[in-house]
Amino acid sequence: MDKVIFAQDLSLAYNTEEAIISKATFSINSGDFVFITGASGSGKSTLLRSFYGALKPANGSLLVGGVEVNNISTAKLNFLRRHIGIVFQDYKLVKEWTIDKNVALPLIINGYAKDVSDIQVDKLLNHVKLSHKTSKYPQELSGGEQQRVAMARALAHNPILILADEPTGNLDDYSSRLIWNLLEGANTQLKATVVIVTHHIPEDLAVDYKHFNIEGGTIYEVS
Amino acid sequence: MRSVKNHLSLIIALFTIVFTMQIYIIVDRTVTAYESNLNEDYSIVVVTQNKVETDTLVALSSKIENAEEISTKEVIDHLQSQMKQRHIDLLKLSLPHFYSLHLDHYPTPSEIKDLRKKLEKNSDITRVEDFAKSHDTLYKLLLLFKSVVVLFAIAVFAVTSLLVMKEMRIWQFQHNERMSIMAMFGAPVWMRSAVLFRLSIVDAIIASLLAIATFTYADITEVGSEQLKSIGVDILLFDPLNDSILIIGVALSLSIILATLIVIGHKEEV
Ligand SMILES: Nc1ncnc2c1ncn2[C@@H]1O[C@H](COP(=O)(O)OP(=O)(O)OP(=O)(O)O)[C@@H](O)[C@H]1O
Ligand SMILES: [Mg+2]
Repeated sequence: MDKVIFAQDLSLAYNTEEAIISKATFSINSGDFVFITGASGSGKSTLLRSFYGALKPANGSLLVGGVEVNNISTAKLNFLRRHIGIVFQDYKLVKEWTIDKNVALPLIINGYAKDVSDIQVDKLLNHVKLSHKTSKYPQELSGGEQQRVAMARALAHNPILILADEPTGNLDDYSSRLIWNLLEGANTQLKATVVIVTHHIPEDLAVDYKHFNIEGGTIYEVS
Repeated sequence: MRSVKNHLSLIIALFTIVFTMQIYIIVDRTVTAYESNLNEDYSIVVVTQNKVETDTLVALSSKIENAEEISTKEVIDHLQSQMKQRHIDLLKLSLPHFYSLHLDHYPTPSEIKDLRKKLEKNSDITRVEDFAKSHDTLYKLLLLFKSVVVLFAIAVFAVTSLLVMKEMRIWQFQHNERMSIMAMFGAPVWMRSAVLFRLSIVDAIIASLLAIATFTYADITEVGSEQLKSIGVDILLFDPLNDSILIIGVALSLSIILATLIVIGHKEEV
């Protein structure tokens, strides 16, 4: 199995402050479905940030897609990110763009043709039950609706790695189930590696999964 | 369309800058046209005891374009009726030669002084009349006006630059978020900044078109041309081709520099 993410003695810190994650060693294989749990403020979002190269390791080594993110070139990092789909904890939708353009963002960046992109955006917005809101702006949507838009955007370009930070944090059971279905589908049908930060691992999950917990700055696998 | 206000301030700032620039160009054109008018009428007169080749006089300074002997015949003809022929013959013998020197441009007072010194060094020349005292007051006024316009233009440029800087902060803030999000999805720098560049180019073009329209209107309605004609100046207020190119060029470069500064100053949010 290819290692999509491989961390060895990885420490993460903001500026020069004390480490939020220290000396973590773990790996995530291609095709894995992974949950990361931990108390609020334990460093879950911080860990995800390091996976997409927004936070460089303070110490140790972190390989994403076989590339050491510590000294990755800008071009390579951009290339890597074009194959990752991220759902941010605070969604990070582009305020001045409509919903359909927001979902199309990764497709635009990856150079998809307009007609292909339009079809894909329609399909995804239909999946997250937002087809009727395509030409609205993010601030005209509820928190949960924005979260679903963020999910649709993360999946738009069929990424090989999906990083989702509490993707159901704002959703009722029905909408949560929609999201899990999408993530399961991406994992089983598109062979995407899925990493999800959550407080509640769903009980009715259709795929096998790994579970990491963060506590006191260390990461360990729960079995 | 939510950011119309931000656009407006950049458009107004750019418009002000190119507008002031064009005003300076018009003033400069007026002064140059007036100078060449003056120069046509202006010449230095030198007096020599012996006859001198005009070429020798021209060779005295690079500023002298041509020299011409002033005929004394008319004066003598005029006197003929009142004087005896014997006296006239005597006068003819003792009368010096007069030369009018035409310069290649209208000289400043200090240039006249230098030229005078040079001419007086020549042993043939006994007298130099430079008409410096009659140096045109309107011309001096125009020169003063030109300096005032330059100062004014610098002031306008400084103030609008400050305004634009302030505007830039707001832009930076607005665009930073989108640029960061695009970066997280792997967009290269040029793609992240494309929107910004497109917006600033559009703003620059709008500002240029406004300025071009304003001056074309001024040109058609002949604003100020009456006054200019009264001092004998007939210039193009607005050259539709060259001036338009210059205006668009300046506005575009300024806004592109601006957008580049924003892109360089961009800090990636996590
Ligand atoms: N940009 C930052 N600069 C400095 N410190 C930060 C920054 N972001 C987070 N932290 C700190 O890092 C620690 C971990 O934050 P993180 O966001 O990773 O927690 P989390 O596990 O995702 O929490 P939650 O479940 O509430 O989202 C917190 O103590 C937080 O204060
Ligand atoms: Mg978090």
